[in-house]
Amino acid sequence: MSENTLYPGLNLGETHGEAHEQAESIVFGFWVFLMSDLIIFGILFASYASYLDPIGMAGGPGPKDLFDIKSVALQTGFLLFGGIAYAGVSLALKYEQGRAKLIAWLLVCAVLGAGFVVFEVKDFVTQAGKGGIPQASGWLSSYWTLVGLHGFHVCCGILWILTMIVQIATRGVDDTVKVRLSMLGVFWHFLDLIWVGIFSLVFLVPLA
Amino acid sequence: MSGGTSPIFGNLNWNVTPYTDAFQHPDSSTIIGAGAASVLVLGAIAGLALLTYMRWWGPLYRNWLTSPDAKKIGIMYIALALVMLTRGIIEGFVMRAHQATALGTLSAQESGLVAPDHFAELFSTHGTIMIFFVAMPLLIGLINFVMTQQLGARDMAFPVLNQVSLGLTAAGAALVMISLLVGQFGTGGWTMYPPYTGKIFSPGEGVDYWLWAILISGMGSTLTGMNFAVTIFKHRAPGMHLMRMPLFCWTSLCVAIMLIYAMPALTVSSAMLALDRYADFHFFTNASGGNMMNYANIFWMFGHPEVYILILPAFGVFSEISSTFSGKRLYGYTSLVIASMSIAVISFTVWLHHFFTMGQSAGVNIAFGIATMIIGIPTGVKIYDWMATMWRGRVRITAPIVYLTGFFLLFVIGGLSGIILANPSIDYQVHNSTFLVAHFHNVIIPGVLYGMLAGIHYWFPKAFGFRLSETWGRRTALLFVGGFVFTFMPLYVLGLMGMPRRSPTFQNPDFMPWMYLAAFGGVLMMCALASLVWTFWASYRNRVALAVPGGDPWNGSTLEWSTPAPVPEWTFPCIPQVSARHDWGERKRAGDPWKGPAAYTDIEMPANTVHGLLIAIAAFALGFAMVWHIWWLAIISILAIPGIVVIRGLRVIEPRIIPAAEVAEADRRFRRLVENLPPATRADEETERNRGVPDITEFAG
Repeated sequence: MSENTLYPGLNLGETHGEAHEQAESIVFGFWVFLMSDLIIFGILFASYASYLDPIGMAGGPGPKDLFDIKSVALQTGFLLFGGIAYAGVSLALKYEQGRAKLIAWLLVCAVLGAGFVVFEVKDFVTQAGKGGIPQASGWLSSYWTLVGLHGFHVCCGILWILTMIVQIATRGVDDTVKVRLSMLGVFWHFLDLIWVGIFSLVFLVPLA
Repeated sequence: MSGGTSPIFGNLNWNVTPYTDAFQHPDSSTIIGAGAASVLVLGAIAGLALLTYMRWWGPLYRNWLTSPDAKKIGIMYIALALVMLTRGIIEGFVMRAHQATALGTLSAQESGLVAPDHFAELFSTHGTIMIFFVAMPLLIGLINFVMTQQLGARDMAFPVLNQVSLGLTAAGAALVMISLLVGQFGTGGWTMYPPYTGKIFSPGEGVDYWLWAILISGMGSTLTGMNFAVTIFKHRAPGMHLMRMPLFCWTSLCVAIMLIYAMPALTVSSAMLALDRYADFHFFTNASGGNMMNYANIFWMFGHPEVYILILPAFGVFSEISSTFSGKRLYGYTSLVIASMSIAVISFTVWLHHFFTMGQSAGVNIAFGIATMIIGIPTGVKIYDWMATMWRGRVRITAPIVYLTGFFLLFVIGGLSGIILANPSIDYQVHNSTFLVAHFHNVIIPGVLYGMLAGIHYWFPKAFGFRLSETWGRRTALLFVGGFVFTFMPLYVLGLMGMPRRSPTFQNPDFMPWMYLAAFGGVLMMCALASLVWTFWASYRNRVALAVPGGDPWNGSTLEWSTPAPVPEWTFPCIPQVSARHDWGERKRAGDPWKGPAAYTDIEMPANTVHGLLIAIAAFALGFAMVWHIWWLAIISILAIPGIVVIRGLRVIEPRIIPAAEVAEADRRFRRLVENLPPATRADEETERNRGVPDITEFAG
């Protein structure tokens, strides 16, 4: 392992001095937090699998009645391209390309994230219209909880992006902001990771 | 409960207090309920009056509530735990008194001190309080206080987050406390199994109190786990390699990892139950595809690691005290590290033994039964290591050693009864009986309670500058040992005689002699509690004679004993350079351990902040509003929490700088003091001659 890798993922690098040092425990701590969050999702995935049978669906609408795989694919596109766009933020931060570029890339991420949320909410509304409300069956309860919690995370991520834009605009790119942007990056990619699981297990498995 | 939901007060009305019941149907049960509420109210009034009269509001706010210092946060955790412990022990005593009078007949089934639903509330709050608001704050508090000092760290990795964790725990505890006065607590036991705790069978606020107390304090514990882990991995003093850490830090690391991975399961199971209750979801209902056994599985994925979260810090304490009070090096350091880590890992693979009777195949049961028995092996290794540490040592029978001895004798019995229960075919016979109640009290009381009280006794001088009275400490320890034996050994017998746990009444007169014995044990436990309080009071009054300003009253070998008592907020004037496993001990061997550093530098400390307090208030308001369906308050508080976080994020926060001159002055004063204090020999340890400077020629650790 090279000397300047203080935590998993893209490090700020030694040219950032103090911020690089500070990030060691803060970004590492954030990784630990996400591992804990991952357990929450893991248990929800396991619960979803346990309700994914005729008993869990209890005669209510099932995956084939409710899921629109094209819309899900579209959401996947928004979210993953949003993840790729964060590379712009990370590189602009690491190579000090200026506030304007940072804010622009952050806005791209926020817009793509918002696109994901819009189509997800649209799907939820359609499903509820077909009787696929979480109160209909154990399977639907677990579906709404798991996918909804991920959607809630994306909304939190967008809110975080917006507050970072305000911070960059008001206090500038100081050490604290640099470290926070590194954490936000880890969080934003984490959402992609969870979504890959949701896309495969929640949507593809029952439709296969 | 009567009337609809008001838009302003939710489901609250004037009939929610236990006084209404006590006026309408005065009997022993409702009067005990009203009495408990009165103790809470009078206690709160007395506390507020004392703070006002002594003009302590300012100091309390400035020095404690807004302090991000891990040591102070640790002390606050322990203070919270001791208050809750008082309630928990009294509840236990009321339950024993109830069952001693609960012999019913077939015609008059309800008898005894309290009504059946009141009894159910008692065992539910007793369990919830003892696990979540006594054991957890005790161990988290002790780790907060001790770990940073042992590691040679200035503070936790995230001091303000630490404050938030304490705030969330306290908010949860406050919810459980206020349920004494406003409304009722749930009756589903500390595990709150659905579907009984679903909306159909348990309408009303009881289960919701539990849910929100658990969700809020559980979040605090998760954050604490992260904080501990990052502190251990990233903030050790230079030279403090992992294999040089004191054993208490190792068990803290195990606890941290387990908190990180186990607490989310509790959050998920509680959140699912909350969704079932508030939004008509069907996770655990009987109808519409719900599956109640999912709750049991998820809950115990948390619940089993949790019992090892509780026990491991006590194992850490026993490792420290067995070595210090025997004047010997800890035997089998490496094996203790491996054993602790093994316990931490294996504890995640045994959860199913809590419901062998779920209906799964015998093969599954056997796998979990064997895993459960395997976890006894590393635990056994530890017991032998501590005994070997004491073997041929110069053992001083201090209060912690009395606790340790009680632990040796009793914990092994509890562990063996656990091995019995790990056998599925035996478990089928005795599950859900008082045999089980006896078993888990038999591991938790000698393990966690004795361990934590021993730890408090051991590190108390470091926090407050004076020792606790050894005489009263030993009396307390002996009363807790005797109280345990009388209260819980009869429950093994009763369980084998067929008495189900949580029974508000029974019809078999053969139970009675054992019930009386257990009730006598309850009296002893109350005496132990009184004796514990008296230990603190008597020692406080005698604090001048017991003062140990030298800071090393027990001739210890770990870093925390190198500093003054009470320890200054910056802990170490300069971050120590560690060169050995028992660094302070090695420095004693080399001679002149108290040599001052060559130069002092400015110390950067996190500035005091009201952040944690604000989050705690918002979290409590959120919990209370959700319990009583006061939606406007719930919305405000749930928006307030991210709001507080974002506002703090926008501000630039400067650390507080303590100038080098101030540090140098305090530190040189301490070193002059140590030179002038006469060294105390081991024989003088309990006398007034012990001023915290030991005779280092006697050091043999």
